[in-house]
Amino acid sequence: MSDTKKFLFVNRKAPYGTIYAWESLEVILISAAFEQDVSLVFVDDGVFQIAKGQDTSDLGIKNFSPTYNALGDYDINKIYIEKESLEARGLTVDDLLKLTYEDEDDDWAEKDSIHVVSSAELVEIMDQQDVVLSF
Amino acid sequence: MKFGIQINEGPYTHEASTTALNFVSAAIEAGHEIFRVFFYHDGVNNGTRYTTPPQDDRNIVNAWSELAEKHDIDLVVCVAAAQRRGIVDEGEQERNGKDGNNIAPGFRISGLGQLIEAGIQSDRLVVFGD
Repeated sequence: MSDTKKFLFVNRKAPYGTIYAWESLEVILISAAFEQDVSLVFVDDGVFQIAKGQDTSDLGIKNFSPTYNALGDYDINKIYIEKESLEARGLTVDDLLKLTYEDEDDDWAEKDSIHVVSSAELVEIMDQQDVVLSF
Repeated sequence: MKFGIQINEGPYTHEASTTALNFVSAAIEAGHEIFRVFFYHDGVNNGTRYTTPPQDDRNIVNAWSELAEKHDIDLVVCVAAAQRRGIVDEGEQERNGKDGNNIAPGFRISGLGQLIEAGIQSDRLVVFGD
């Protein structure tokens, strides 16, 4: 398919408790196969989806957070975290998974995929998209 | 304008499906085109013909089937989400060795790529959910 559009996946909910986060990740991984320009946003309790050190062994639910580490290999490397959502939950970027990608335009240098942005900046990012899917 | 529709909730717990039904009807009435309606998450529960609400309540599944038949709308249920929730067509029945199927008329089961394609091909993708 030749058309390339800007897709934004908005992740708003905690990773467990409901299935939205996991099924969102499934769509995100499929979207990579369509060679679209994909960005992700984590807002509200969605920021917990990429918190590091997740342990679900007492829940009986699969810990799917390691899958986020693969996003860089799928050329999904624009990952925006809302600053206000982090702060409201007492989190900093150090509490999050370190998601990186190798930049093919810069001698495959390893770069951070995660960008902490303000809610005002997020408005700009959303405004630039062709397709916004919220989960 | 060409619309793609994504529905993330089942027919009765949330209003999302009813709102989407109203939106789709209004869009068609106004001369717009519906490229596809994609049912995801618990939204796949909109696609079972076994739904039997009380007689004085609306039958949302039938409403989708009738709308699809009348206007030739493509109603797609996500296969991965459907398998988790027991929405089965003849193909899935055979593949997974089930003793029956329950897909409602006008619905078909297919992959998540159909949602991404709806995003690419439509002028607007509108998400109805929680």
